[in-house]
Amino acid sequence: MNIFGPMWLSIQLAFFTTAILLVIGTPIAWWLSQTRARLKPAVQAIVAMPIVLPPTVLGFYLLILLGPDGAIGSWWVQLTGSALTFSFTGLVVASCIYSLPFAVQPMQNAFESLPRKYLERAWTLGASRLDAFFTIAAPLSLRGFISGIVLSFAHTLGEFGVVLMVGGNIPGETRVISIAIYDHVESLNYAAAHRMSLLLVGFAFVVLVTMFVLNRRWGER
Amino acid sequence: MRVSAVFLILLLATPAQAVDSVSVAVASNFARSATELAERFRAETGIDVRLSNGSTGKLYAQILNGAPFDVFLAADTERPARLEHTGHAVAGARFTYATGALVLWSRSASDCHALLSDENSGRIALANPKTAPYGKAAVEFLSSAGYWDSVSKRAVYGENINQTLQFVATGNAVMGLIAKSQLNAPQLPEAACTWEIPSSSYSNLEQQVVLLLRAADNDNARRFFEFLRSDAALEIIGRHGYEVSP
Repeated sequence: MNIFGPMWLSIQLAFFTTAILLVIGTPIAWWLSQTRARLKPAVQAIVAMPIVLPPTVLGFYLLILLGPDGAIGSWWVQLTGSALTFSFTGLVVASCIYSLPFAVQPMQNAFESLPRKYLERAWTLGASRLDAFFTIAAPLSLRGFISGIVLSFAHTLGEFGVVLMVGGNIPGETRVISIAIYDHVESLNYAAAHRMSLLLVGFAFVVLVTMFVLNRRWGER
Repeated sequence: MRVSAVFLILLLATPAQAVDSVSVAVASNFARSATELAERFRAETGIDVRLSNGSTGKLYAQILNGAPFDVFLAADTERPARLEHTGHAVAGARFTYATGALVLWSRSASDCHALLSDENSGRIALANPKTAPYGKAAVEFLSSAGYWDSVSKRAVYGENINQTLQFVATGNAVMGLIAKSQLNAPQLPEAACTWEIPSSSYSNLEQQVVLLLRAADNDNARRFFEFLRSDAALEIIGRHGYEVSP
């Protein structure tokens, strides 16, 4: 097994997950930042739950929900002919749930710290709500977006427990780098485990340094 | 300061290891048999047995890295022999406690043979051949019987034989190559087909046990080790679907 196959798979998984979370997470974060609804704490709790719950709880429910007999899985089988468990698509679904708080929370924080008068001025000048969001709120919340993107990307890269439960360790499909490392350690192939782990350590360091550098640069503006 | 004091008290108050308990590492396929053996042993001697389950390869790696086990019930002969060689196990004490069998099991289709040869019949679950002897036997059988080409592309790998069965039992895989001893697991959904794979098509599943070095002078561990070849133990092991040789 080469080192880069599982690494590349992990990067793809993290990329798709982050892209989807950016689309789903932004409206959730915006709603949470603006609303005074009584439901807000409940929604906040649901979003934050993957931080608290062990991966085994998520893995267990996903195994049942995404399997060919499950509520989502059976629907997916009808649609595409194959089940969601043991597939790359299934891992993307699992990762979106698993990494949701890491995308939403930084964005929500950024939106909340936005001076409300900016938005109100845009509205009085006739900008639509969507317009005001894209021209005023989004550019001013760039730091929140960057943190959300980097954190959900990094968190998905480090995902292990959920994948172990719903992945099935298939080369090129679900054997992501964390699973490949586990496999090598378990079979006492420490040389390969070292190579992959070092690759991941280096990668994580570069990604985080980049984030902090970008954050500082944008913060000074 | 107060918080750390509370923490310290909690640390000190963690249950001290019962002096007279035996720690046993158990290959997953033997987990339920071992539970029953432990209960019987406790009833006879009053000695507690603490069981840790996992794939044979994983437990082996843990033992090499200093895991505090007294007895290792493996699912092969190779790793117990290696532990003896490297001085991790008491020399000359190793013996075969059970011989397992490989079974193809499915919930959904009635013809086991057709499931194997039909490339579109769905996922097949195996245990990871690198760490689980039952997975290794499964790959040997599939290759020697000419099914590997049809199966390799749709195989999913359980971390150990229990996860392999779980994949099939939850309906996530259509069929699985599991241990015969798992067939009488409680709450197992009804099988649509069960096929015991001819033992000539894989190198055997002889399972050996070793007394680990740290337990060389531990009387309780030795008693449990010897208990494994008593008539009472052989009866339990045989009832779980293993071949035993008195």
